[in-house]
Amino acid sequence: MSSPFHNLQELRHSASLANKVFIQRDYTDGTVCKFQTKFPSELDSRIERTLFEDTVKTLNNYYAEAEKIGGQSYLEGCLACLTVYLIFLCIETRYEKVLKKISRYIQEQNEKVYAPRGLLITDPIERGMRVIEISVYEDRGSSGSSSGSSTTSSSGR
Amino acid sequence: MKNLDYQQIDPQALATPTPTPPPRPLPEHKPRRARRKWEVFPGKNRFCCDGRVIVARQCGVLPLTLGLIVLTSGLFFIFDCPFLVEHLTGCIPVIGGVLFVFVIISLLQTSFTDPGILPRATPEEAADIEKQIDNPTGSSSSYRPPPRTKEVVINQQVVKLKYCFTCKIFRPPRTSHCSLCDNCVERFDHHCPWVGNCVGKRNYRFFYTFIVSLSFLTAFIFGCVTTHLALRSQGGNGLVFALQASPASALELVVCFFSVWSILGLSGFHTYLVATNLTTNEDIKGSWSGKSGNEDVGNPYSYNSITKNCCSVLCGPMPPSLIDRRGFVPSDDSVQTSPVEIELSAAKNDTNMVGRAVTSG
Repeated sequence: MSSPFHNLQELRHSASLANKVFIQRDYTDGTVCKFQTKFPSELDSRIERTLFEDTVKTLNNYYAEAEKIGGQSYLEGCLACLTVYLIFLCIETRYEKVLKKISRYIQEQNEKVYAPRGLLITDPIERGMRVIEISVYEDRGSSGSSSGSSTTSSSGR
Repeated sequence: MKNLDYQQIDPQALATPTPTPPPRPLPEHKPRRARRKWEVFPGKNRFCCDGRVIVARQCGVLPLTLGLIVLTSGLFFIFDCPFLVEHLTGCIPVIGGVLFVFVIISLLQTSFTDPGILPRATPEEAADIEKQIDNPTGSSSSYRPPPRTKEVVINQQVVKLKYCFTCKIFRPPRTSHCSLCDNCVERFDHHCPWVGNCVGKRNYRFFYTFIVSLSFLTAFIFGCVTTHLALRSQGGNGLVFALQASPASALELVVCFFSVWSILGLSGFHTYLVATNLTTNEDIKGSWSGKSGNEDVGNPYSYNSITKNCCSVLCGPMPPSLIDRRGFVPSDDSVQTSPVEIELSAAKNDTNMVGRAVTSG
């Protein structure tokens, strides 16, 4: 049987929101943006642990890259200071570039991994970087009616 | 005879009522225009230029600060510079001009930038946190439970994260709630009435640039005015003659004399804070100095190197604004899905009925 949700549009329109799971921030490394990799029990039956952990670890790596203090950030900072920070109005900072990469990654993960399992990740930037919000969807009709509709389509031909 | 021209009332038309607006499951058909998020922002802030500029509701003495700086610098350029250019060097107005531009631009940036406001929790997030918080007393709704805290270990130091009742979140480390702006601000330093805004993670570097360049400007004007008056009173003329010849200088002298000490002092204090990676809030409360009775605590956020601390505070990456002022308020998802669900489940029932009809037939 094919997976019930083929794309995000179908997911949003044919399923109802059952629950939202929140992955909180991990502050053990200070104020840098990092999320807890602990697997929430509500997702136990929905997704494999390794897939979930991979997603969170990749997101943590992206945020670490954005907030890294090194040669490039010093250059950007010094240049900004010399121009009285007017340069922030003109160019896109490294942080903003990484945020765009994160948003594309989340979109891709939703399409390939999470939507087929009836889940949807919300970009943390839309929640003030406080949490990763995972929406859990349930198929509106029961399993009986969905198999009924599949038999009608086969018998209708 | 004129034909009485009257319209026959068509009973058919009466039977079918005037077309009622169809039920609107999709919110795009709502007549109300989409609102931007700044229009529904819960904190005490004001927005200008359609959300591009943010200020605290009480702008404090920002007009006074701007007025004093512009007035004093203006008097300097008009009355002192011509004399000094003639008698000393033409660099003086150039240096003064550069400093003045630095001061004004950094002041406006400090005042109009989002200091690092944390948006409030969504209702689902707040409910999730409430579930996780243990409330063993089972108190009634009228009694406010004791302040909720969560402990986390950062760099071998135990840090307490407090729960904010207004924003309904556990505040991240170094975040504090400003009562004047009614917002939680990341890396909260202080609320500065002179700039009319909080100083936090995103605008601390602007604030630091402002006070350092202002102390240079004040000291520069003070020095130049003193030189001007000294040069004028040479040749047996006396100070009184010099003041009568250039009365504006007296005003500048007074303003600069009283402000240079406090601004230099403030710059020195903030240079110390930058070098030790502390905030004013933490310094005043004595969070890491052991004042509150903790034995041997150190600042867990410091890199223990002055250069690295300075670079991370002033030259670190610029984080984005989390409040998305110019984004559009999303249509309420729960309102949207239920009518759509009803339509689709009705459609599914029809399919089932048809299916049963086909299979039975």
